[in-house]
Amino acid sequence: MEHALSLFVRSIFADNMIFAFFLGMCSYLAVSKTVKTSAGLGVAVTFVLLITLPVNYLLQVYVLNPLNLSYLSFILFIAVIAAIVQIVEMVVEKFSPSLYASLGIFLPLIAVNCAIMGGSLFMQQRILLDPENVKAIANIGDAFAYALGSGIGWFMAIVCLAGIREKMEYNDVPKPLQGLGITFITVGLMAMAFMCFSGLKI
Amino acid sequence: MLSQKTKDTLLGPLNINNPVVVQVLGICSALAVTVQLKPALVMGIAVTIIVAMANVIVSLIRNTIPMRIRIIIQLVVVAALVTLVSEILKAFAYDVAMQLSVYLGLIITNCILMGRLEAFAMTNNAWDSLLDGLGNGLGYAIILVIVAFFRELLGSGALLGYQIIPDSWYAAGYENCGMMMMPAMALILVGCIIWAHRSLNKEEK
Repeated sequence: MEHALSLFVRSIFADNMIFAFFLGMCSYLAVSKTVKTSAGLGVAVTFVLLITLPVNYLLQVYVLNPLNLSYLSFILFIAVIAAIVQIVEMVVEKFSPSLYASLGIFLPLIAVNCAIMGGSLFMQQRILLDPENVKAIANIGDAFAYALGSGIGWFMAIVCLAGIREKMEYNDVPKPLQGLGITFITVGLMAMAFMCFSGLKI
Repeated sequence: MLSQKTKDTLLGPLNINNPVVVQVLGICSALAVTVQLKPALVMGIAVTIIVAMANVIVSLIRNTIPMRIRIIIQLVVVAALVTLVSEILKAFAYDVAMQLSVYLGLIITNCILMGRLEAFAMTNNAWDSLLDGLGNGLGYAIILVIVAFFRELLGSGALLGYQIIPDSWYAAGYENCGMMMMPAMALILVGCIIWAHRSLNKEEK
């Protein structure tokens, strides 16, 4: 339990998907123009991570490892992710048309969001670690904690950036740097700030 | 020898239409593998090969793919190619494969691949798709190499693992910039490359 909690907190701050590993950067930069849409995407990413990561954990431990088929993991993981995203898309379309309208094109993009696939691949590496290691994922509870933490970290990062970009609308940025360029530099500065969490321990 | 159109298809992505700095695709791995030049080179080559081959395969079977499930089919084609490349790298360049770690697998979700497959290979013939894939892969590789060049030179005073900054400089008080090894500087460097690229290409727009 203690281990899962530590894993959870570390994956939000020290091992933040965006600032430490650059995962999910494409949609992170493209969708962070307003706080509202970015919060929607953040929730969607957290939700998909929370389903796909434990499913992939079970597949890795109970199917791939015993059969010695680890080299098929890329194909299997991406198929699971694509299928689950498809289901989530249909459910959201049915129960919340307004959310579907605002996320629109971005829901299918979650299938190719590096944060989702990256979460599963990191999980695959962390299964092999010594259980004493703070980064190890030893059971299904840890997999949930890691997925939730990574999702919340991603959510927080995209909402923060969207807030800054909304404010930056009023600033006088040099012409060639406008839009993308300044966004990169902003994210760089945010990543520097997040580096101070790297020694975090519970 | 090449017609104007094929030339544009091949060379456009290198500069005017660069996938990384103009279309903002495939940023994740572009930033993560650029601490040193060697993994960046390997990554660039791997992505170029995979984009070109995936483009050709999808372009050949494009008329038989049902529209509704095309994303999954494209993903499976890409995942199969990435699995091949990663097994080859593990066999012949184990240390680089370990350095690239999960980012090798993340080529599957590299937006350049899906972007090119959706936007180009689904509507064009195999030869054009091959050129388009090569062009985009090389455009990606160029940015990777530029970022990695600066990060390795300033961060550890070396290129491809060989020391470049002479010992006398260190004796005179020169120090490596540790910041360059941090993820944050990769973002800022790409930001600066975009800045320079846009300033240079301003007249043409």
